[in-house]
Amino acid sequence: MSTASVIQSRRWHPIRFLAGMPLAVIFAALFMAVMVFVMIFAKIIQPYEFDFINLLTRLSPPVPLSGSTWAHPAGTDTLGRDLMSRLLVGTQTSMLLALLGTCLGAVLGVSFGFIAAHKGGFWDEVIMGLVDFQAAMPWFIVALAVLAFLGNSIVIFVAIMALYGWESYARITRGLVLSAREQGYALAVRGLGARARWVYLRHILPNIAGPLLVQLTVNFPSTILFETSLSFLGLGIRPPLTSLGQMLGEGRDYLINAWWLAVVPGLTIFLITLSMSILGDWLRGKLDPSLED
Amino acid sequence: MRWIAIKLARAGITMWLVVTFVFFVLRISGDPTDTLLPDDIDEATRVFYRRLWGLDQPLLTQYLNYLAALFQGDFGISFRNNLDAFDLVMERVPKTLLLTATALFISLAIGIPLGILAALYRDSWLDRLVMSVAVFGFSMPNFFLGILLILLFSLNLRLLPSSGSGTWAHLIMPSATLGISFAAQFARYTRSSMIDVLSKPYMRTARSKGAGLARQMNKHALPNASVPIVTILGFKIGDLIGGAVITETVFAWPGIGRLLTNAVANRDLAVVQCIMILLALTMVFANAITDLIYGWIDPRVRVGAGAQQK
Repeated sequence: MSTASVIQSRRWHPIRFLAGMPLAVIFAALFMAVMVFVMIFAKIIQPYEFDFINLLTRLSPPVPLSGSTWAHPAGTDTLGRDLMSRLLVGTQTSMLLALLGTCLGAVLGVSFGFIAAHKGGFWDEVIMGLVDFQAAMPWFIVALAVLAFLGNSIVIFVAIMALYGWESYARITRGLVLSAREQGYALAVRGLGARARWVYLRHILPNIAGPLLVQLTVNFPSTILFETSLSFLGLGIRPPLTSLGQMLGEGRDYLINAWWLAVVPGLTIFLITLSMSILGDWLRGKLDPSLED
Repeated sequence: MRWIAIKLARAGITMWLVVTFVFFVLRISGDPTDTLLPDDIDEATRVFYRRLWGLDQPLLTQYLNYLAALFQGDFGISFRNNLDAFDLVMERVPKTLLLTATALFISLAIGIPLGILAALYRDSWLDRLVMSVAVFGFSMPNFFLGILLILLFSLNLRLLPSSGSGTWAHLIMPSATLGISFAAQFARYTRSSMIDVLSKPYMRTARSKGAGLARQMNKHALPNASVPIVTILGFKIGDLIGGAVITETVFAWPGIGRLLTNAVANRDLAVVQCIMILLALTMVFANAITDLIYGWIDPRVRVGAGAQQK
């Protein structure tokens, strides 16, 4: 194959790109696109205020079931609140928190990874010791206790979510930086007299971004599960706010006569984690050919 | 031996960090007498309880007392019902052990054979099926799976009890709920580990020597493929414990997880503290054991660690 044709085939071609994607990946991407849309516009597209109580329309089932109305296509809960609106706002909360938690954790972990690799010696030991400590703590249990004793604050909640999983980025980054640093391009740039920070941010970071992005897609589902699990237990997001986990936790008490209260938000969580896992696997195959062999 | 001593020292330091972390996190949340006693209580009673619980002393003294008490196995008294926190927790341990051990057994018994099959028949329909099911399995939040199982088997089919413990029937749904996502994860790890091993030169040697499939697997592939799986197993203990808290809550299983969620709701400092320390101890211990097993099944680890210290 000549150089020209290699360049030709490398050019991004939307239709060929889509045709090369497995069907599951397309569905997963579409679903996540909808979720991101909801994350941004939930408060605008909600048919009712998500916390508007109307006791006259209590426990209306979702549409295909008997007794449902098109006024509340997803049904209503025990206080007559519109489930569609609650689902949209709950999705928004869960998505935003997971995104924020994942990104903060990634920034923290990647920074610590760079510092550990750059400084070496004592600081490397300290950071890797912290990584071991973090991995040894049952973080979910810690989160339970911290939220119960430090109170119900979004800031603390986000901080706990950011600290969940940072160590995986730190470990990966450190390893990647240590090996990337010795490669030709990094040595060349350093030899030309570039400062360490420039080499790291401008040259090494873009080169190790692939595996880090894969890690991001691996961490996102577990962060969503972390948030929804805590909210499910009644910690984390609490009324009057709502999240998918909080809705599921509330709906659990009405399984006998209103199963949809728990199943609809549960299914949404499941579809989000499933879509992200499918996308993550696909991305890993694309970005890390060594794993695809 | 030296290698073991270093592992133990590291485990000790991690343990001290955990114990210190627990102490400070639970103390910076403010004066426990504010939340535990009624608002309109007179100051004298408040002072009495502060003294009783040792809260009137400086933080450093409290910390040293706390460490000294822990060394003697004294985890304090439950603020709620004046029972020894350690006894309260220990009473629940067998139930949680039963649940997590069954779940772990289920996950290994399902995950590892499926992973091996998927690797052996790589890119076949079987491989695709196993891996698709695995993606579903580990994407499923265990609280949602638990609720679906309750809806199906307890409320619709009326086959299994939805909550409580006591009979074997009570154990089925909680252990399945907890075990399935781990089964899916182990299937994936086993598959990729096996695929890695099967492409190694020593496997080609074994094949060309004319070793049968059973001998190839038992003597050559499985011992090598088990190394990463054991490592993963150590890392998963924390997830298993976290999952147990949720599962016990969903199924009203009277283990440590339920005790913890109740203690958290009641702000029962001593019980929460005791559970956190014991769980962290379990995890540190499990990681140390993993390291030891790791060194036992992979002699290169032992030799490598010994060589570094010279």
